[in-house]
Amino acid sequence: MPAATGAAAGSIVRFEGASKVFPGRGRRTEVRAVDEVTLDIREGEIFGVIGQSGAGKSTLVRLINALERTTGGDVVVDGVALGALNEARLRPVRAGIGMVFQQFNLLASRTVAGNVAYPLEVAGWSRSRREARVAELLDFVGLAEKAGVHPAALSGGQKQRVGIARALATNPRILLADEATSALDPETTRDVLNLLQRVNRELGVTVVVITHEMDVVRSICHRVAVMDRGRVVEVGEAYQVFSAPTHDITRRFVATALRDRPSPEVLERLRARHTGHIVTVGVDEVAGSSAVLTRTLREHGVDGTVVFGGITEVAERPYGSLTVELVGDPAAVEAAVVALRAVTWVDDHGRAAS
Amino acid sequence: MSWDQLTPLLWQAAGETAFMVLITLLVGGFLGLALGLGLYLTRPGNLLGNRFVFAVLNLAVNVVRPVPFIIFLVALGPLTRAVIGSTIGIEAFTFAMCFMATFVFARLVEQNLVSIDPGVVEAARAMGASPFRIVRTVLVPEALAPLILGYTFLFVGVLDMSAIGGYLGAGGLGDFAIVQGYRQYDWVVTAVVVVIIVLIVQAVQWLGNILARRALRR
Repeated sequence: MPAATGAAAGSIVRFEGASKVFPGRGRRTEVRAVDEVTLDIREGEIFGVIGQSGAGKSTLVRLINALERTTGGDVVVDGVALGALNEARLRPVRAGIGMVFQQFNLLASRTVAGNVAYPLEVAGWSRSRREARVAELLDFVGLAEKAGVHPAALSGGQKQRVGIARALATNPRILLADEATSALDPETTRDVLNLLQRVNRELGVTVVVITHEMDVVRSICHRVAVMDRGRVVEVGEAYQVFSAPTHDITRRFVATALRDRPSPEVLERLRARHTGHIVTVGVDEVAGSSAVLTRTLREHGVDGTVVFGGITEVAERPYGSLTVELVGDPAAVEAAVVALRAVTWVDDHGRAAS
Repeated sequence: MSWDQLTPLLWQAAGETAFMVLITLLVGGFLGLALGLGLYLTRPGNLLGNRFVFAVLNLAVNVVRPVPFIIFLVALGPLTRAVIGSTIGIEAFTFAMCFMATFVFARLVEQNLVSIDPGVVEAARAMGASPFRIVRTVLVPEALAPLILGYTFLFVGVLDMSAIGGYLGAGGLGDFAIVQGYRQYDWVVTAVVVVIIVLIVQAVQWLGNILARRALRR
């Protein structure tokens, strides 16, 4: 289903060899924050940009609404090349792109309603239309009763929901979320991610999510780009990138999201406890679920005990692995492993040398 | 002199002080706000970042501000004559006060604006707001409470400056205290003027605090 929304639609943001170099001054050397990035973000998808801090992802997303200007290459948003526009002509482009921030960046001097109304004032909406729109937006994010409150009186999650309402005010087609959940606790993070998902599904808004948390990508992104030192080192379907990472940085991120593979130390302890044949079996969409594993073992008359592992969802598809102790006739165990290999990957740890 | 004779003179001095201080607060407050915004906006990396303009404004403020006011009065003489037509009198003196107040307030304004979270400014830019709109709807409202307190501080500074008005024949409360008190060995007169000035300062500070607190109530 993520593939269906993404693949058919055209590109809404296109990076064409885009670079951003901050010039060095005095003793500081120049910084290539974004280094010749070529990338397509498709209309209607949730696109994730993941990388460690300093990888250039915040700069990359700011090239989309030209808060930072490219120093090389170009960025095309909705058919408009930004490089050719001057500051005054960029303003309407920016007004058509919503943005939410890690630190929310709400105006402390305005109420919740006043904050949400701000972009509408910039866009020149009449007072009556503004009031109607603000009410509608606060209703959408579930903060209708907080309209007259100042941001200081809100929790982090509520502030971010105001931030999202504000970003959606002028009906943008693109929403940029710069570490939108990084300042929030896990439960609030889930609320905000659900809200971003609703924005994408119900309003058809293309969402670009910047994050250093694989969990964010795992739970809502259709496609993902992995950044390292200004470059995009890997890009593709979130599921693909997750299940077959090709770059070290990606592998490291994947490992943080699901600790399902036993480390050598864990394996050693498992061996001490279990005398049978130990294998790690991949669980993914192809293997269906652990049901395939159970059925295969039953067919071969082998007993299987799950001793380690984990299964989660990536882009709403199952993903993970199970480490199983197999007990039975050695020939039958061998045959079961061969049968499993036909549907998924299997790491054979053998049995304890007793 | 008896208080019967002194009282009308005291009223006149108070009127002169009121004239000098109010004009200076108005003109210096407005120009200082503009200059302070200019300093903030042109600082490299800010909205209208311009290394050259910032350096010029910054240097001007740094040169003018530390000059003792009584020396500044003399140094400004040629410009005062060119603009006002005379280097003495209440108009000439008020002109010099406006000048100094502008530079003093500019630095106060800039310092208060620097404390605003740059993220809020970035958010406004991301929504397509122009620099002028950002000044009007983000910078000034977000820094309103400290700006009010800065303006109160400016009032005390301006009242202080006005005390040497006698030096250019501008009169005022300070001049009254010196001429009718100090030079007549009449310490009571001096003390009365001091008490009046302290009361004015207290009242204005009290008002400034209330307004700032109201601006902060969010």
